[in-house]
Amino acid sequence: MSDAPFRVLPRITARNEPFWASGRDGVLRFQRCQQCKYWIHPHNVMCPQCLSKDLAYEPVSGKAVVHTFTINHQPWMPVPELPFALAIVEFPEQEGLRLTTVIVNCKVDDVHVDMPVQVTFEAHEDENIWIPMFEPEKVA
Amino acid sequence: MATKPEHLTVISGVGQSDVGRRLYRDPLELTLDACVEAIHDAGLTTADIDGIATYPGPGGDPPGFSGGGVVDVQDALRLNLGWWSGGLERPGQLGAVIDACLAVAFGLATHVLCFRSVFEGSAQGEGGRAAVMPGGGGRQAIPRASGFMEWVLPYGAPSAAPWIAMMAQRHFHEFGTTPEQLGQIAVNARKNAALNPKAIYTDPMTIEDYLNSRVIASPLRLFDCDVPCDGGTAMIVSHVDTIPDLRKPPIRVEAVGTALRGRPSWDQFDDLTTMALRDASAQLWTRTDMKPSDVQVAEMYDGFSFITMAWLEAMGFCGKGESGPFVEGGQNIAREGGVLPLNTHGGQLSSGRLHGFSFLHEACTQLWGEGGARQVPGNPEVGVACAGGGPLAGALLLTTSR
Repeated sequence: MSDAPFRVLPRITARNEPFWASGRDGVLRFQRCQQCKYWIHPHNVMCPQCLSKDLAYEPVSGKAVVHTFTINHQPWMPVPELPFALAIVEFPEQEGLRLTTVIVNCKVDDVHVDMPVQVTFEAHEDENIWIPMFEPEKVA
Repeated sequence: MATKPEHLTVISGVGQSDVGRRLYRDPLELTLDACVEAIHDAGLTTADIDGIATYPGPGGDPPGFSGGGVVDVQDALRLNLGWWSGGLERPGQLGAVIDACLAVAFGLATHVLCFRSVFEGSAQGEGGRAAVMPGGGGRQAIPRASGFMEWVLPYGAPSAAPWIAMMAQRHFHEFGTTPEQLGQIAVNARKNAALNPKAIYTDPMTIEDYLNSRVIASPLRLFDCDVPCDGGTAMIVSHVDTIPDLRKPPIRVEAVGTALRGRPSWDQFDDLTTMALRDASAQLWTRTDMKPSDVQVAEMYDGFSFITMAWLEAMGFCGKGESGPFVEGGQNIAREGGVLPLNTHGGQLSSGRLHGFSFLHEACTQLWGEGGARQVPGNPEVGVACAGGGPLAGALLLTTSR
C-alpha cells in the first residue's frame, strides 16, 4: 500500500489515462491537436477548432497563474486537511486553458488571484495516477 | 408577420405543497399536492391536462434531488398526453417550463403541467450535507469519478459551493465587490421570508449576523448557501386560446431566454463572473420590446447568493460588475420602496431549496396580487423568473398588462 492520502480518484479510460498518469515523470501534459496545435481540456476525441481527430498528449511547462480560488472550510468528503485552497489555474500556453486544482506547500492565506504557481504531483502510484497540484512558483 | 411564439402561451395556475426542512413524507405526495393545486388554481381538471414537463426527471442522486418524474405523475393522475418531457440536461430548472411553452406553441399540447419536487432535507436526515456527499457519512464512497466530477472530486470539492465561491472570488477581484455587499442578498431574502408562511428561516438577520456566520468556502458564508428542504412546486402552461376557460386572468409569457454561448463547464466557461446567465438573459431581451426598467419584481435564483448578483447584472438591472454597489444597503432590492423588489418569498436562502421552480411560482403569485403579507405594494404587472447557475440558465419575462 502506498501512503497516499484518501482521494476519490478519476475513472481511467483510454482517453484520460495519459493525463492522469502524466506526473509519473514529473511533467504535466494536455491533449493537443496535431493539425492546428490547439490545446484541448477536458480530453475529447475531436479538435473543437479544426475537427481533426489527430490528437496527442504533449507536455506543458507546468507554470500557471491562479485565475481564482476559494479557501474551502466545509468537510464535504474526506480530505487530507481543512481548510484547503481550491483554485482554477490558467496556463500560459493558451488563453482559457484552465484546470481546477488545489494550491499546496503554502499557507492558505497566501493564495491570491494572479499568483504564479507551478505543478507538483500527489502520487497514487498503485493506481498509476498522479494528481496535479500547484505550489508557489520557485524563483530560480 | 407570424405571432411571436411566446405570445401563444400563458401561465394559468400555480401550486405548491407543504414545505419544510424535513417533512419525512412520501415525496410523490408532495409532488402530487403541488400538481393538483396548480390544476385547480387554473380552473382545470386532470382531464384537461395533456402535457407534462419536469426537471430533473426521476432519480436518486444526490439523494432527495427528485420527488418523481413524468411517469410517476402521469400514472398517478391518469393523464392523457399529447407531449411530455422530463430530464436534467436543459437550460436550468425552468428550462422544463420553457419546453412546455414550445410544446404549447407548436400545438402538441394545450395545458402542460410543469413540476419540480425535492426531499433533500429528509434525505440528509440528521447527518447534514456530508451524509449525501461522495465518501461521506451515510453513503458508500464512490469508487471513481467521471464526467465533470473527474475534475473536482479528486480535489475534495463535490459541491457547487466551492465552484460558485471561485466565481464570486473572481468577481470580488475584478470589481471590488465586498462581503458586506454580497451579504445583502441573504439579508434581503431573510427579511422577505419573515412574511412567507412557508419559509424555513424567518428569524431576523442583520448584516452583522451574516458577517459573523461561518465561512463555508470563501467568500461564501453559511448564509450564502440555500437550505435543503422538502416540497413540490408546479405550474400550468396553457395555450392563449384557452383563456376564456381559465379561472384567473392569465399571466402572459412575454419572452424567454435559454442561450448557452460559452463552454458548458463550471471551470472552463470564458467569463466566470457572468456564467451562462449572460447568454440566456441577453437572448431574452432580443425577443421583446420591453426593457429591464419595465420590470417591477424579480425572482432570481439564489442557490448561492452570488448567483443572484450575476443574474442582476446579466438581466441588465445594473451594469456589469456593478451588482455590489446596486445591492449595497439593500434599498434598491427592498420589497417596499425598492426599484427592483427581489426574491419576495425569501429565495432559496431562507424559504428553502425548492430548486428553481419556486422563483416562477413567486413571480406569478406577485403578478396575481396573491402575495398576502409579502405582496409588493402597487401590484406589479411585469416580472421576471430566472433560474440556474454556472453553465445552466433559463429565464422568463412575464406580464399581466398585455
